[in-house]
Amino acid sequence: MAAVLQENAVPASAVPAPAAPLAPKAEAKAFNFYYGAFHALKNINLPVYEKKVTAMIGPSGCGKSTFLRSFNRMHDLYPGNRYEGEIRMYPDNVNILAPDVDPIEVRMRVSMVFQKPNPFPKSIYENVAYGLRVRGVKDRQSLDEKVEAALRGAALWNEVKDRLNDLAFNLSGGQQQRMCIARALATDPEILLFDEPTSALDPIATGSIEELVHELKKQVTILIVTHNMQQAARVSDYTAYMYLGELIEFDVTNNIFLKPANKQTEDYITGRFG
Amino acid sequence: MEPPVSITETLMPVPDAAGVHTHAPASDRLKARFSRNLKERAIEGVLFLAAFSSVATTLGIVYILLSESWVFFQHVPLKDFLTDTQWTPLFDDAHFGIMVLLSGTLVSSLVALLVAIPLGTIIAIYLSEFAPFAVREIAKPVLELLAGVPTVIYGYFALLFVTPILQWFFPDLGGFSLLAAGLVMGVMIIPYVSSVSEDAMRAVPMAIREGSYAMGATRFQTAVRVVMPSAFSGIAAAYILGISRAVGETMVVAVAAGMQPNLTWNPAEPAATITAYIVQVALGDLPHGSIGYQTIFAAGLSLFVITLFFNILGHWLRRRYREVY
Repeated sequence: MAAVLQENAVPASAVPAPAAPLAPKAEAKAFNFYYGAFHALKNINLPVYEKKVTAMIGPSGCGKSTFLRSFNRMHDLYPGNRYEGEIRMYPDNVNILAPDVDPIEVRMRVSMVFQKPNPFPKSIYENVAYGLRVRGVKDRQSLDEKVEAALRGAALWNEVKDRLNDLAFNLSGGQQQRMCIARALATDPEILLFDEPTSALDPIATGSIEELVHELKKQVTILIVTHNMQQAARVSDYTAYMYLGELIEFDVTNNIFLKPANKQTEDYITGRFG
Repeated sequence: MEPPVSITETLMPVPDAAGVHTHAPASDRLKARFSRNLKERAIEGVLFLAAFSSVATTLGIVYILLSESWVFFQHVPLKDFLTDTQWTPLFDDAHFGIMVLLSGTLVSSLVALLVAIPLGTIIAIYLSEFAPFAVREIAKPVLELLAGVPTVIYGYFALLFVTPILQWFFPDLGGFSLLAAGLVMGVMIIPYVSSVSEDAMRAVPMAIREGSYAMGATRFQTAVRVVMPSAFSGIAAAYILGISRAVGETMVVAVAAGMQPNLTWNPAEPAATITAYIVQVALGDLPHGSIGYQTIFAAGLSLFVITLFFNILGHWLRRRYREVY
């Protein structure tokens, strides 16, 4: 059942009931976030369903990236940031924001792909193997297997299998981004975060990344931030519309785009503002 | 009193006495202004002269070194210069084996670099990746102050403070040694290594660090496996700068390492370096044009070739490993 979070919500009957009851993989509960004194995210409640793609859309500065980066505690890297409330991860039912949770452990289970491809100054192989190496994997054979599987998963294996030892900088932008996806996949994450993964890419590379997102949801839960509404419509199962740090509406993607419950969402979707 | 004239008014065509609109023709207004061009050219000329002065100085130094050394090598075959194991230019039985001085330079520089490169790198990692803002803002200027201390003070620090301490541990150590000079020289070079390395590491974009953290890497893993390789060219440049400083350093070795030419690879011994020898002879009263006097230039040329080699190596490394972010 898709949750609709506005008081003027459509009746539950308007939401098509999914075939099987959905389990959330993670869930934000009364989540608030502060950059110093600035209250960036306000009381957000959002389920992230397992092995589905959840897109977050909204105008620039609405807090969608800030929200995404809370799921792997990237905000811990900078002083002055503060989380409030909970982001629960299932099936463990652990609040990953709790002070006794190690952010490094969280990041080992929640991987991230960034806006711009950010390859390390290493070979393609070592880039993909990075997450395994920092976990202390040394066995060459298991590294080889995981690197190959990750590159296949990112639809890059056939293009790079003969030059795994080349510097990653030599790949094209789209290939670099797929390599970054392979890097994120190599450690078998449970959740994959995409922060506007195609905003630095041309339409063809964008298409291949979107196809990839479609494939990947068979094995992993995906959360994607995009400023491109068509992209959200194409790749996601659920869409959350955010505005000024608040979650305005969350529903099955079709509903958001075809019959949004909230006037603000409709204005944004139809391009009247934003 | 006339009303103030606005710019637009002055540009407007004004009817003259005969009622005909006169206006400077457009071609006149667009014409090159002679006086402005002249001023621009003069400024360009001054800027060029400023840039040229440093090039001219370098060329002058190279010319003097080469021409004076040329005279020297008329008397001393290059083979003897490179292979002789004695350096006694002022004796009746004169020998000119540069290896003797070179060994002093290399040993003292090696000791210095063994101190400066590891410590400088660790300090750079700490300041760039670990230190809180306030610590960095205080530590960095203080560290750079080390580079501003006159080198002669380091020399006496080595001779009067470090040497006695070393003698506690190694009672056989003499009053002058390459070890004491090298250690202090290393401390002196730390700021060069750490400051340039830190700048290079801080220039690494945050996006690359975030990529590493997002994979579950720790701060130290990120610093060593991602940030340092990303900043490799800058760190290499810092090391090369440190090497050039060590090889060319004069006062510390002149004061603390003794001035006896001594072909040795043992840091516990005293020995003269190339630079120390040049100071010693240049301060003496050798007649201009004598073979002893010419040795200064041959020694200087050797030093010049060494530092030139390292500078070219540094330049090459920078180009070869420049990062494309």
